[in-house]
Amino acid sequence: MEYFLQQLINGLTLGSIYGLIAIGYTMVYGIIGMINFAHGDVFMVGSVTSFILVLIGGVSFGLSGNSAGIIILLALVLVVAYAMLVSSVYNWTIERVAYRPLRGSFRLAPLISAIGMSIVLQEFVRIAQEARPKPIQKLVTGGYELMSKQVGEQTFAVTITNMQIFIIISTLVLMTAFTFIIQRTSLGRAQRACEQDTKMASLLGINVDRTISITFIMGAMLAAFAGMLFFLHYTETDFFVGFAAGIKAFTAAVLGGIGSIPGAMMGGLLIGIIEVMWSAYFSVEYKDVAAFTVLVLVLIFMPQGLLGKPEVEKV
Amino acid sequence: MSAPVKASSAGGEAKVLSPAEIAKDLVITAIITFFILVPIVAIRTPLDQGTLTWHPRFGLAAALCGLVVVGRLALYLFVWNPKAKAALAPADASAPLKAVKGPSLGDRLGPKVAPTLLILAIALPFFFIIIGNADGMFPGWDRRGIDFAITVMLYVMLGWGLNVVVGLAGLLDLGYVAFYAVGAYTYALMATKYLPAWFGPEIKPYAFFISLPIAAILASLWGMILGFPVLRLKGDYLAIVTLAFGEIIYQVLQNWSVFTEGPRGISVPKLTFFGIPFDKSDGGFAATFHVGYNRIVYFAFLYFVILALALLTYFVTKKLRRLPIGRAWEALREDEIACRSLGINTTSTKLTAFAIGAAFGGMAGAFFAVRQEFISPESFKYIESAFILAIVVLGGLGSQIGIVFSAIAIIGATEAFREMEFLKYVLPEGTEPVQFRMLAVGVALVLMMRFRPRGFVTKREPTVYLKEKKAVSGDLVAEGHG
Repeated sequence: MEYFLQQLINGLTLGSIYGLIAIGYTMVYGIIGMINFAHGDVFMVGSVTSFILVLIGGVSFGLSGNSAGIIILLALVLVVAYAMLVSSVYNWTIERVAYRPLRGSFRLAPLISAIGMSIVLQEFVRIAQEARPKPIQKLVTGGYELMSKQVGEQTFAVTITNMQIFIIISTLVLMTAFTFIIQRTSLGRAQRACEQDTKMASLLGINVDRTISITFIMGAMLAAFAGMLFFLHYTETDFFVGFAAGIKAFTAAVLGGIGSIPGAMMGGLLIGIIEVMWSAYFSVEYKDVAAFTVLVLVLIFMPQGLLGKPEVEKV
Repeated sequence: MSAPVKASSAGGEAKVLSPAEIAKDLVITAIITFFILVPIVAIRTPLDQGTLTWHPRFGLAAALCGLVVVGRLALYLFVWNPKAKAALAPADASAPLKAVKGPSLGDRLGPKVAPTLLILAIALPFFFIIIGNADGMFPGWDRRGIDFAITVMLYVMLGWGLNVVVGLAGLLDLGYVAFYAVGAYTYALMATKYLPAWFGPEIKPYAFFISLPIAAILASLWGMILGFPVLRLKGDYLAIVTLAFGEIIYQVLQNWSVFTEGPRGISVPKLTFFGIPFDKSDGGFAATFHVGYNRIVYFAFLYFVILALALLTYFVTKKLRRLPIGRAWEALREDEIACRSLGINTTSTKLTAFAIGAAFGGMAGAFFAVRQEFISPESFKYIESAFILAIVVLGGLGSQIGIVFSAIAIIGATEAFREMEFLKYVLPEGTEPVQFRMLAVGVALVLMMRFRPRGFVTKREPTVYLKEKKAVSGDLVAEGHG
């Protein structure tokens, strides 16, 4: 039981990260009906950017796990703000260069272009930052013991680290802010209108191009935040983290019902929990296989996902 | 030139801008490039005595930034300029459907391209052997030339195999390398474990030719296993599921050590001349046929084997295209709903496309294993699938001859990158020119989709037509004129 509880906490932490990435997939799919294949790599760009900034902070300004909590928090806010900016610029540029000119082209064109973009981002970062993983010392340390149990000689304690608290709370805050934007602001209304009917929305005076750009930017900001959390959580990042995380987040988006934002978050949490439980109870080696199998199973048996609407195919 | 005038042709930048607006646009470009380059390019993070540190690289970032801005300015001056545009614009495709008048140059040369290429392909190893052995002219070029030709031919075959799935049936398969892996591991395991165990060690020399059909069958079985679940999925989903499938196969190869030897890989026996080994022994090729021993004969034979396999792929596909199943594939690519309405069984159509494409991939995999003499999961990563896909896309989806040219171009470019020593002086330290090959492939994919979505040499003509052949104008289809 204690073991299960501990894994549940770990799963929720990982799931929060996947959920944040998944939102980017689901929003873009909702509006323009394509998978932004490069989204996982935008997440990677956010992750690598925050790594570089944290490294500079560590080498030149003495930022480390022993710094005062408030300084670390302040530094992380600065880091993530800049990483969000960089990722947004990337995603915006990708949309302008690789997707917008292809609207109305043949079916496979945007997807192939997206695959090309994903390769470009990975290779670009690999060449600029070299291929080997970038480790860094733990920045957010410490934690709380929730409960413990005596098993023979040893004690097994269920702990929640400060890092995990940070991840879960910041995800909650971001999700709340995000839901507010979608539900209550005119921007969100424009986005929902475009999602329902792009042509009608443009007839009613909504600048569709701008709305799509903003959607890409919002997706990138959430991905960059997830990228920083991912890097802080694993204390390591490289040019390839976007690949597996991207597929898993996409799985999350499909599981929750593609196009549905609460669904994406829920799917993310589920995928995180499945992955962690699989590693805990079966085998660590096959954890990616487990997540990918979930994707295949969901697409076969439940293509509309948990909260999605069934897609009607029209001529 | 005050107010922006909308030009007639499509495209994001089809406006005439005033100098002030161009200047503003350039400033925005500079700002965007700044964020793209800082910090990813502008900061280097090398290891310094075991710990990571950082070095600025602002000069490089500034140079790149300047290059982008100057490039965009040049585009404004010479390409997006109304005068330049008029000079560049092609004549209007007037009627949406117009009859093809008289054979064009391409049409007249078209039927001759394939036979010419075939003759060239057969003559190639002899050519390399001659120039390689000619006194001191190109020493070592026989080996290198044939090696290069084998690589190209292998990718041509893979491209033709994937073309069945992507180009003809329009199913975007990002996990093609999985079938390649199935073929390679089939041969490796057959040759090292199962065949000797079942039939005794005498079977070993024949292992490749016995394993080849088995590899094809197993790979096509896997193709169908993958095909079944994804039948209901459309374009984008299908791509992701095939990608996930490719990753699953890769992970299983990595982790199922008992069966696949895991990351250590498997050493596999060399190819034999239908049972006769290429060595100096009494039973070897040289002694049997009374020719002098030369290692190059082995490579020439490898080349002819892959040439034969590739030609098999080519002719089977070519014939299938003329059969109802091939037409059903192309119909499926164009419109699935219409296809279903006309009574085509989309299930079996998709499954056969997957199975046949996979079978060719499997055979190519078996050849890859025998050529490399060693395989490990590292050869079957996602990036390999993307590379094969790029060959198909650059050749023009559906065009078989186009794939030959794009394979030569992409692999030739890779080799050329390797040779370009002078680039090292331009590039930042620690980077090799050859590292840029996948970056170039990615850029090429994006540019192709934007400017030539039908590929460079392809031409899509209806196989069946009423009374006269009609070229479909670019106004009717999104892919452009053709």
